[in-house]
Amino acid sequence: MADQNKPGLFEKGGKLYWLHSTIDAFDTFLRVPGTVTSRGAHVRDGIDLKRVMIMVVIALVPAALFGMYNVGYQTALATGASWGFWKMFFYGLLKVLPLYIVSYIVGLAIEFADAQIKGEEVNEGYLVSGFLIPLIVPVDVPLWMLALAVAFAVIFGKCVFGGTGMNIWNPALLARAFLFFSYPSSMSGSEVWVHIPKNMTAVDSFTGATPLAIAHDGMGALSAQYSFMDLFYGLIPGSVGETCVIAILLGALILVWTGVASWKIMVSSVAGGLLVGWLGNLGGATELPALYQLVMGGFLFGTVFMATDPVTSAQTECGKWIYGFLVGALAVTVRLWNPGYAEGMMLAILLMNTFAPLIDHCVVSAKISARNKKVKTA
Amino acid sequence: MSNNIHLKKGLDIPMKGIAAQKVVKTVVPDTVALKPTDFKGLVPRLLVKEGDRVLAGSPVLADKQNPDILFTSPVSGTVAQVVRGDKRKLLAVLVKADAEQEYVDFGPKDPASLSGDDVRELLLKSGLWPSLIQRPYGVAANPELRPKAIFISSFSSAPLAADTDFTLGDKAQDIQAGILALGKLTDGGVHLCINEAVEAKTPFAKMDGAVIHPVSGPHPAGNVGVQISHIAPIMKGDTVWTVSPLLAAAIGHVVRTGKLDLRRKVAVTGPAAVEPAYVEALPGTPVAELTRVAEGVRVIGGDVLTGTVLGPEGYLGFFDDQLTLLREGTEREWFGWAKPFRPKVHSSSWCYFSWLTPKKQYDMDTNLHGGPRAFVETKCFEDVTPMDIFPIYLIKACLAGDIEKMEKFGIYEVLPEDLALCDYVDPSKNDIQAIIADGIDLMIKEMA
Repeated sequence: MADQNKPGLFEKGGKLYWLHSTIDAFDTFLRVPGTVTSRGAHVRDGIDLKRVMIMVVIALVPAALFGMYNVGYQTALATGASWGFWKMFFYGLLKVLPLYIVSYIVGLAIEFADAQIKGEEVNEGYLVSGFLIPLIVPVDVPLWMLALAVAFAVIFGKCVFGGTGMNIWNPALLARAFLFFSYPSSMSGSEVWVHIPKNMTAVDSFTGATPLAIAHDGMGALSAQYSFMDLFYGLIPGSVGETCVIAILLGALILVWTGVASWKIMVSSVAGGLLVGWLGNLGGATELPALYQLVMGGFLFGTVFMATDPVTSAQTECGKWIYGFLVGALAVTVRLWNPGYAEGMMLAILLMNTFAPLIDHCVVSAKISARNKKVKTA
Repeated sequence: MSNNIHLKKGLDIPMKGIAAQKVVKTVVPDTVALKPTDFKGLVPRLLVKEGDRVLAGSPVLADKQNPDILFTSPVSGTVAQVVRGDKRKLLAVLVKADAEQEYVDFGPKDPASLSGDDVRELLLKSGLWPSLIQRPYGVAANPELRPKAIFISSFSSAPLAADTDFTLGDKAQDIQAGILALGKLTDGGVHLCINEAVEAKTPFAKMDGAVIHPVSGPHPAGNVGVQISHIAPIMKGDTVWTVSPLLAAAIGHVVRTGKLDLRRKVAVTGPAAVEPAYVEALPGTPVAELTRVAEGVRVIGGDVLTGTVLGPEGYLGFFDDQLTLLREGTEREWFGWAKPFRPKVHSSSWCYFSWLTPKKQYDMDTNLHGGPRAFVETKCFEDVTPMDIFPIYLIKACLAGDIEKMEKFGIYEVLPEDLALCDYVDPSKNDIQAIIADGIDLMIKEMA
């Protein structure tokens, strides 16, 4: 398809030149470009960004599939309907699919237009952002809000900086932050996490609150509804993809194995979260053992898939330890000491995204001065 | 104190086409070319005209800034043609070789009895001075300086590189004389890095007059720049010289016998080489006489990471002891990046499955395997750079042309070849070597 269009029409001077980035994107999506090396090494590794990005998407698939099932499961639970496994899954699929369609259509349209204006190739970064965004919003978010948020994130989070690789903040989280601050009523509280169809009503015992919100009322309130293992398995209300620890760990395994995401950031973030969770428990800020902080809300999802974004995280190896630790520590700090926000992960990551270059700067400066000293004494 | 250097970071690229350890032919070329483009940092001035007679060792070109630096003919014969390019840039001087070779006699000497000035004069006159590379920046050595030290890497770890034990094994005497002579040019001594794996049998391990450093690890362990950074990092104001083992042998030969002999065993390698083996030849020998080149094949002088394109009509370079032949990878693979398995494509990344077949050698081509993008994954650079520098910061400083930052991040220590593997592993397909080269050019311009 793409090949027939190649000569003339889409080349410079051709009638449809204004579409060339788009055609090029589809063309190289289907076939590896025939470009050969011109400067530098004459052979190149088989890896390219498309492959890197698709690895992240694959790592996200377990969380996405489980999220779909959980959407159906929560609806069935809330309405008292007795659905089977497949019914729950397909119900969730039908609820989540529109989120995906909106996320990809709006995001990619802007990416393509941006590439076209700049005369560049379309970047594959949005493959991941577009897959992430539906997983970190409540299932009931109105589609027009999602579209606005995606547009905001792609334009102001990425395009204005020059595209993937130049952005400061994680675009997917920026979309969520936009929703969170612009439409708080659709992003928090107890009504948004579980979809109740119009023709059905919730059973009396249904609250819809996420474990994080319940946990504010103490350990007793939480354990009355959910055991630790419930939180671990993830059949709980929450953003679409964030609930199942097993699915997220599966994704983490893929990311660490392929080397796409840094295990250092994951480990240090968990360490930071546990430490602050433990201190908070010790100091009486919360009745919850530290381990609960890992399995509630978006902590683990953020740690594995969002804090590790190679563009917006720290780039030095030592900086990654610091960055990850602060992400985890800050997230739990916000949870424990700021009653206004039930979830601190999003803000923690965005804040640390902002400071990642500073961390790197300090690490690099320290290393250079240490090295200069060593050389002088040697 | 142990001089051993053990490196962990790096990558050996598993490519097909290593040269069999035999010399399949000895080329006696009809015409050889002297290419000033082989030498960085020198501006050539022509000393001969078409029709002039030259001997092996007669000056053909001189450097404009420093007329003492001469470039001499590797053969005796007649100057056949002066090849010029755009803006009359001097590209090559072609010399038609005589049937009987005559040599300029520089007089045999005992290297131990020479003074530094004697050695300098001999190297300048014989045309071997340009084989000394000065760091920082990798330019031809300045005869007025006395370097901190001289470094020789006795082996190359680059893909399919010529095995110096095979190519120079019979030239131990020359190398020894070369090391002794070079030692007169510096107060810091000569540092010779050898391959730890062959320490027991390599003739380089037994050299006198040099500090021997056994080195182990994947490529770029054999790069002299990497070795220097582990022996004595180059800081601002330092000057060191390096020389390849091949040319150290030539230097020793001219000292011992008084004759310029640049004859060498050249490894003809690569997946597209018809018969990967060694041929004996002079620098400037036409590629066509060294090997057959099929249609759609790129001929590279040097290794596949750092070599220059010679083309089927080209001539072997002054520094080259390797040719690499590669297919041009213009074929477009369907769903390349999306396929779970691509058995024909090597990747050091674990996003592919090359790690399942660690012993496999790949039939590589010149395809870029992707489109150019902004930097995303940057840890891969550190993983292949066994030096105490921050590759990505240095690269970005070079892109920004920020002299101060380039200094801070180690521009004095590197040449593009030391970061050549970054070219290979970068998923964003940036030309890192070109960026570093531009950065070094800027440094030369600004610091002059």
